[in-house]
Amino acid sequence: MHQKTEYQPVFTGEQREKLDDILQRYPNKQAALLPALWMVQDAHGWIPEDGMVEIAEVLGLTAAHVKGVATFYTMFHKHPVGEHFIQVCTTSPCNVCGAEDVVHAFLEHTGCGELGATSPDGKFTVIEVECLGACGFVTPILIDDDFIDGVTPEMVPELLARYR
Amino acid sequence: MGYPHEPHPQETVLLSQYFGHKEARTYDGWVQRGGYEALEKALSMDRERIIDEIKEAGLRGRGGAGFPAGVKWGFMPKEPSGPHYLCCNADESEPGTFKDREIMRWTPHALIEGCAITQYAIRAEVCFIYIRGEFTEAIEIMELALAEAYARGVLGDNAMGSGQRLDMYVHRGAGAYICGEETALMNSIEGKRGNPRIKPPFPAARGLFGMPTTINNVETLTAVPHIINRGSSWYKSLSLSNPRSTGTKLFSVCGQVQKPGNYEVVMGFPLKDLLYDLCGGMRDGRTLKACIPGGSSVPILNREESEACLLDYEGCQNVGTMLGSGGVIVFDDSADMVYQIMRLTHFYAHESCAQCTQCREGTAWTTRILQRILAGEGAMEDLDLLLDLSEHMTGRTICPLADSCAAPVVSGINKFRNEFEAYINGAKPATVAAV
Repeated sequence: MHQKTEYQPVFTGEQREKLDDILQRYPNKQAALLPALWMVQDAHGWIPEDGMVEIAEVLGLTAAHVKGVATFYTMFHKHPVGEHFIQVCTTSPCNVCGAEDVVHAFLEHTGCGELGATSPDGKFTVIEVECLGACGFVTPILIDDDFIDGVTPEMVPELLARYR
Repeated sequence: MGYPHEPHPQETVLLSQYFGHKEARTYDGWVQRGGYEALEKALSMDRERIIDEIKEAGLRGRGGAGFPAGVKWGFMPKEPSGPHYLCCNADESEPGTFKDREIMRWTPHALIEGCAITQYAIRAEVCFIYIRGEFTEAIEIMELALAEAYARGVLGDNAMGSGQRLDMYVHRGAGAYICGEETALMNSIEGKRGNPRIKPPFPAARGLFGMPTTINNVETLTAVPHIINRGSSWYKSLSLSNPRSTGTKLFSVCGQVQKPGNYEVVMGFPLKDLLYDLCGGMRDGRTLKACIPGGSSVPILNREESEACLLDYEGCQNVGTMLGSGGVIVFDDSADMVYQIMRLTHFYAHESCAQCTQCREGTAWTTRILQRILAGEGAMEDLDLLLDLSEHMTGRTICPLADSCAAPVVSGINKFRNEFEAYINGAKPATVAAV
């Protein structure tokens, strides 16, 4: 089980300056909510409730509003995920060209077994994602922030080796 | 596969001319290719003249709706009573579409230039480029290009020495197809859930932060500098069929075809030539079964309709579909249409913002009924039920997401009914486990 560790605030020092800089772009603080959520996820790998509370305080919002927004967008993780988060596109254009075989290869070679589960070594989580907007480059995937296209099942073991 | 290719002789490359040229990504490389001449020219022009030029050119929105861009700009107030905004819609998520990604990856300065001219024309000092969160590479390239544009004085308080303030920022999305709908996009920038707003008020009256706002697609904005440089008559002359459809259009061809990729052709180009010549035709031994010419939200065409389709707004209408975003999804005779339509409705069920009942329930139930059919547990009445559901999902909601889910279902059942019936009467074995 996950041990409860004390939440480390994100918006101090350089990160606070970065947020202040972003705030200059908008006429109100609420508009920096998506950028702030990204910053918390970048720092912690996911967005813990304490992170939502921190954002609410920094941006002068209610924690409920922050949670409502965080839960709307699928890229924000509301629970911890593997060290590397793998998203494989399986919408029709990719699907018809064999994307589901790529998913199976990732599930097998990561040891995740099923979609959304984290591998026993904690390294990987694999999900199917709806259209990645690279339909001519089948199969496109995202590993963390690395966008990789033209992935075939045969390439999967070598790709994973780069992230182990 | 799909990577920038040498242009086919039948292509007319304006927007895609420098796809594949890494040097075109830099400010210097862009200027060497004639970049920022149009912006310099525009900044010395009368704003109304620019808007008229775009109207006369007949440039229509390339994101899906096809609304005339100049007319949209003309709705913006002439006497500002507060800040105006430009939003560039780079939330490209329509299944089958991957053209904006390539524009941003290869020619970021082309987009910056188009945005800057538009900002000036509509009196918007600030532009937000809303890029979907998954486009990590495009975001990085756009951020670099923006930093360069600021450093070289193209953007900032005194853009190109004109005294005009032009600021431009990337706003990263976080995984929500619906944020490509213009009012949802504005809500997302405002730090809210991406729920579409009821219109009116239209964005030109009350848009981002309640101020007059114009939202244009990446491809639309990138066409603007070409029109400023070469004039509306030239642009208008790029039209092969209907004079109401002008200019070039990028078609993202994907699915079961020899050479997928982005192809840029003049409006009115025959779909059959695009598929059989430019894209090299079907894979070995295969024939065309179906094609979705405008991204997954438009009705599916069968082979005969596809071969008769001219690729412009009217030509697509003539065969019962829409030009949409120009995402051309190709299915050959090996494709299981029932399964693929289920994958599409699954997409819409996943992406529904859940505000409207018809959409929240309709997209989910449509998908479940299709899965039931695929599991061999369907009944003939299910086809009527699907059509009935689709009717209640069309034209009844705040935004067109529910309509988009209904389009492939209705056209799919009407044109490939035998494939649905084969699952129902047991002629075809189940392909998914019972739900």
